[in-house]
Amino acid sequence: MNKVFLIIRREYLSRVKKKSFIVMTFVVPILVIGMYGTMGYLMAKSDELGDAKNVTVVDENGMFRNNLKNVSNIKFSYTDETYDKAKAKVTDKENAYLLHIPASLENVEILSEKKAGASMVSSIEDQMNNLVKNHKLVAAGIDTAVLRKAQSHLEINAKQITAEGEKDADTLVAYGVAFLCAFLVYMSLFIYGAQVMRGVIEEKTSRVIEVIISSVKPFQLMLGKIIGIGMVGLTQFLLWIILTITLTGVAGTMVMKGNPAQVQQTMMQASPAGANSAVAQSTLQKPDKQDMKVKIMQKIQQINVTKTVLTFLFYFLFGYFIYSAVFAIVGSAVDNETETQQFMLPITLPLIFTFILSISFVINNPDSPLSVWLSLIPFTSPVAMMVRLQFDVPAWQLALSMGLLLAGFVFTTWVAARIYRVGILMYGKKASYRELVKWFFYKE
Amino acid sequence: MLSIRHIVKEYDKYRALDDVSMEVEKGSIFGLLGPNGAGKTSLIRIINQITAPDSGEIFFNGERLNQSHIERIGYLPEERGLYKKMQIGEQIMYMARLKGLSNDEAKRRIKTWFVKLGIESWWNKKVEELSKGMQQKAQFIATVIHEPELLILDEPFSGFDPVNAEVIKDEILELNKKGATIIFSTHRMESVEELCDSIALLNKSHKILEGRVKDIKNTYRSNSYLLEYSGSNAEPNGNAPFTITETSSNGDEHHLKLKLNSGANSNDILSYFITKGHISRFEELIPTMNDIFIDKVNKMN
Repeated sequence: MNKVFLIIRREYLSRVKKKSFIVMTFVVPILVIGMYGTMGYLMAKSDELGDAKNVTVVDENGMFRNNLKNVSNIKFSYTDETYDKAKAKVTDKENAYLLHIPASLENVEILSEKKAGASMVSSIEDQMNNLVKNHKLVAAGIDTAVLRKAQSHLEINAKQITAEGEKDADTLVAYGVAFLCAFLVYMSLFIYGAQVMRGVIEEKTSRVIEVIISSVKPFQLMLGKIIGIGMVGLTQFLLWIILTITLTGVAGTMVMKGNPAQVQQTMMQASPAGANSAVAQSTLQKPDKQDMKVKIMQKIQQINVTKTVLTFLFYFLFGYFIYSAVFAIVGSAVDNETETQQFMLPITLPLIFTFILSISFVINNPDSPLSVWLSLIPFTSPVAMMVRLQFDVPAWQLALSMGLLLAGFVFTTWVAARIYRVGILMYGKKASYRELVKWFFYKE
Repeated sequence: MLSIRHIVKEYDKYRALDDVSMEVEKGSIFGLLGPNGAGKTSLIRIINQITAPDSGEIFFNGERLNQSHIERIGYLPEERGLYKKMQIGEQIMYMARLKGLSNDEAKRRIKTWFVKLGIESWWNKKVEELSKGMQQKAQFIATVIHEPELLILDEPFSGFDPVNAEVIKDEILELNKKGATIIFSTHRMESVEELCDSIALLNKSHKILEGRVKDIKNTYRSNSYLLEYSGSNAEPNGNAPFTITETSSNGDEHHLKLKLNSGANSNDILSYFITKGHISRFEELIPTMNDIFIDKVNKMN
């Protein structure tokens, strides 16, 4: 056991000390935070950043004049000019739009040199429909005061009934977390599994292998390598998590300091009392963006972080053990990295297949029989279960999946060790699948 | 020291070793000779417990070979190498620790060896930055660092330049003097025959010859002699104690190969020629290991 520890130490230290590891450790969180920061910034400032769109309204009906409200970056102005004249003015100008409303309200057009965006069109449509509806209601004799009161601003809160009481069941955040976890497991199985394979090939091509296995058993060497590299992966994740939390913390306080008043305001709006004010609004408006962000933050807090992280670590670790054992077989069977191609398909196929199914099918049907099976089979469960986990997996299924993964790990490592011990001493022989099977049945 | 008994090893219907037995005496230098593919490396891997035999047993100092013996064996494989990206000192430390040395002990011994072989300033250099000769020295240190009782060297001098080969050879002989048993494995039989006390010849998975070098050579002596002299041409009659098997002359320089008749000894040849002229060279023609091997194989066929 002492020897395995020495091997683990070498495999771990020789990788952690590499420049590429240190660079990766710092660059990835900065990139991720930078990406989200930029996205958030763009989302928050999209109104200001997007060019103001000037819409000239030729209202032949008369109902809309001065009734269309300027929203975000859409600015309305009204003209008495004829349609043709106004049209001539719009051409050759950027961000100039002509909204032509015929008296009959049939065939309303928006004209511009650039195609008008879908969100802009629908925003104008909403306003117009609302105005027409209000107009008709008033024409039918409804009191304007009654009309104002009748305006509502509804939002549906998805809640789930559980033993602990009602729980928020916002699927959007669950989607995000599920996708992120599945993606991380998928990527890391590839990255660290391939490192095991490269490590084995390195020992083979540098011919150091025979020197080493005259001191330790091939199985000890394989195990030490797999555990050592797995610990490199864990270290990387841990550093990423710590760095990301620290960096977001720093970034967060900086934003807070930037405009405390605004944050205060959004907090107020997010509170239930603030919701009443929405009723007073006469026109339907999408919920305030700031408001939504705060809500997402709350939803994220509702995720069971500890459970997610622990489960993630379990599935990463044992998923990695299974796949790296298979990667070790490939490494032992070939003489150099270019020969690995023929053996990669059986490894990459189940992984890619599960990942694609997970993010397209499982995420939408977390309790379907296919999803359950995918989350139980050891080779597919690390990715599939990370997706299902966000949608409440029955405890017995989680336990069964973990148990099967453990059993799969023991079995795969046993098979891999038998092929590995022969493969590492084979040179110049082009290995085939038949050859690998033969090696498996060699006696000690 | 090492007793190898009836080893059989099969790979996929191909028999790499067929009932091979041999004895290696303590403190001796043992040559494991044979052409490529004879089964030498298979046997060495079994001794090193890298693979296990299908049948047969090996005894190490009377004990059945087991994992605890690994630390008492030093092995320099034919296919050898080091981790290219690792610092040389750190690397030998790693290998020494795998052989069971403590951290401090390993460091102390490696430092001594580095000074001895003149590579002490290279401790922190990566292997890929070293010359081939220095890598070989480092590799040798890694093999002997745990002061093994049994040292197995597979083609030890291949890849060494003549100067370093000599350095390493001297170190090996010194280790032998200090009590280490050494097994040389090689297909270049002439390269180690003067070093070895005993040898075993392997051919096509079988052991075809084993014994002390002296004894083997005695058995294969054919009472042939080489003689060079200058003087008159010798035309021995039936009374001469020898028969000439080969002769070539250059003026009055004569080069002869003789076979001693039974009952006579080498001095009889000398006394015969001493009257014919001036003798410049006289030696017994002893077959080389290579000759013996070829002879043995031919006889088997």
